[in-house]
Amino acid sequence: MDKILVGLKRVVDYNVRVRVKSDGSGVETDGVKMSINPFDEIALEEALRIKERGDANEVIVVSIGNNDAQQQLRTGLAMGADRAILVETANHVDSLTGARVFKALIDRENPDLVILGKQAIDDDNSQTGQMLAALWNRPQATFASNLSIVGQKATVTREVDVGLEIVEVDLPAVITVDLRMNEPRYVKLPDIMKAKKKPLDQVLLGDLNIEEATGIKQVVFEPPSERQKGAMVDDVAGLVAALKDKGLI
Amino acid sequence: MSKILLIAEHANGELNSSTAKCVACAADLPDAEIHVVVFAENGESVAAQAAALASVVSVIRIDNPANAHQLAVIVAPQIVAIADGYTHIFGPSTTFGRDLMPRVAALLGVNQISDIMEVQNEYRFKRLIYAGNAVVTVEAPADKVVIATVRVASYRVVTGDGSATIQTLAPEFMMPEHTRFIELKAGKSDRPDLQTAAKVVSGGRALGSAENFKIIFSLADVLGAGVGASRAAVDAGYVSNEMQVGQTGKIIAPELYIAIGISGAIQHLTGIKDAGTIVAINKDPDAPIFEVADIGLVGDLFTLVPEFQAALSN
Ligand SMILES: Cc1cc2nc3c(=O)[nH]c(=O)nc-3n(C[C@H](O)[C@H](O)[C@H](O)COP(=O)(O)OP(=O)(O)OC[C@H]3O[C@@H](n4cnc5c(N)ncnc54)[C@H](O)[C@@H]3O)c2cc1C
Ligand SMILES: Nc1ncnc2c1ncn2[C@@H]1O[C@H](COP(=O)(O)O)[C@@H](O)[C@H]1O
Repeated sequence: MDKILVGLKRVVDYNVRVRVKSDGSGVETDGVKMSINPFDEIALEEALRIKERGDANEVIVVSIGNNDAQQQLRTGLAMGADRAILVETANHVDSLTGARVFKALIDRENPDLVILGKQAIDDDNSQTGQMLAALWNRPQATFASNLSIVGQKATVTREVDVGLEIVEVDLPAVITVDLRMNEPRYVKLPDIMKAKKKPLDQVLLGDLNIEEATGIKQVVFEPPSERQKGAMVDDVAGLVAALKDKGLI
Repeated sequence: MSKILLIAEHANGELNSSTAKCVACAADLPDAEIHVVVFAENGESVAAQAAALASVVSVIRIDNPANAHQLAVIVAPQIVAIADGYTHIFGPSTTFGRDLMPRVAALLGVNQISDIMEVQNEYRFKRLIYAGNAVVTVEAPADKVVIATVRVASYRVVTGDGSATIQTLAPEFMMPEHTRFIELKAGKSDRPDLQTAAKVVSGGRALGSAENFKIIFSLADVLGAGVGASRAAVDAGYVSNEMQVGQTGKIIAPELYIAIGISGAIQHLTGIKDAGTIVAINKDPDAPIFEVADIGLVGDLFTLVPEFQAALSN
């Protein structure tokens, strides 16, 4: 195949304990470590492996967001992507708008495969890939833990509630990846230097000629109800007694 | 009035309990008229089960050999074909619903609300974001159909009897040829299902091997519990993927959850927020799991678990 498109969303790093702002207007992101969405790193790793096997010519990473997302794209380039596209907007990007942006880029680039994460760990939506596949009128294989490509067909193993489902899709298609698909590579210093010379195009979301979706309004944010720390018991007898006390055994 | 269409989830002729939980959520909408649609090769028995759920007034059966595996690409256009007149279309936040509903939303040109945990009114809902670190109240536009998934761990199955009418439909749709079901490898287990079990015992990385993980199964059997695992235990190959509990695994709400050799990473805790009682066994007294555990026991699992099991068997 020729091209693979990969989504790289800039999100609060998964190790950060996110806190809600006291005025309920959002979550605290000032001075917080930002990273590539973990699922997207796996998506990129998979695309790079396909290319390294000789099954694809070019891997293009895409991020939709503000200018700071350049950092995540540069990391993607250092991992091995060939070029990057930043679709700039200051607004919160909802999934349907995100899917429309990807569709607009597909119309320009004609990729054979789009690999996204199964969910972005900020909004935990898990929608963009499915929406994109619908707009593109192409197959979707979500929550993938294995992908094998032969000619114009992909065989995908999906992690579903009862186990593993295997589907075969014709390319082009949208795949969204789960955590067990691969282990993303570490970026090496010389690659970071090299990545500085790789092309990073910037387009304004407004110039893509897409209809921005009527979003779901985020009205107010609250901290979740916290569980209280309970009691410690000294031994198994104490545990059994405590469970009996609660009528659980 | 809210006229709600719920997409039934089922397999092997059995309605999944996620559907009865979606009904409970839909019934919280003001003035709810609830319809359930069953896509199947032959949906007779599933439709009958759905018709018996309290609050459901109508069940739509769409039988088609193409619906044998309920692939999203095939089901979504059929939902669109019958969507007219509904104010809300809901599915469960299981892998079935999460795969399907966004495709429906995009075809209808709207965004989706993922994982409703509380209904405030027809258009306002609460949901969790950032791995459960924040609750956000969201509002969908009032002039469009609301497409959503229901966080099934937040609801209990509706109780009581219903007697909905059942009708059969055969909507016209463009049948996609680009996606083929090959195989389902279902983990076979005669233990209680993780998502509906009243008790769940989970093991983590500390178990060290698939062989050692047997002590978790054995304890679960004595308790009549379902078995879960942390991501680390699944990644290491001790147990299979469908047993993972957490942000990217299953979100569960058993009455009793016992975490053994699990540190309590935020992504794991997201999956057990709604558990009744959490018990933790861990050798590290500072393990974060103890911050949320109702009952904590510090020590080596390899001595404590057999001891616990013996005490229960007595
Ligand atoms: C995007 C993302 C999504 C994720 N989703 C999930 C998810 O859905 N579910 C999930 O579980 N994780 C998830 N994780 C991973 C999560 O961050 C943790 O890495 C994982 O939960 C750790 O598993 P664990 O507690 O078994 O292992 P560890 O963190 O290694 O903990 C092992 C624990 O066992 C204890 N121990 C060791 N030996 C013994 C002994 N002999 N007796 C008693 N105690 C002992 C140790 O003290 C330690 O606390 C996700 C991570 C990311 C980045
Ligand atoms: N703003 C964005 N920039 C780049 N990729 C995105 C963006 N939003 C979503 N995606 C992709 O879509 C996946 C699913 O996101 P979501 O539907 O928001 O959970 C992510 O893992 C990304 O691969």
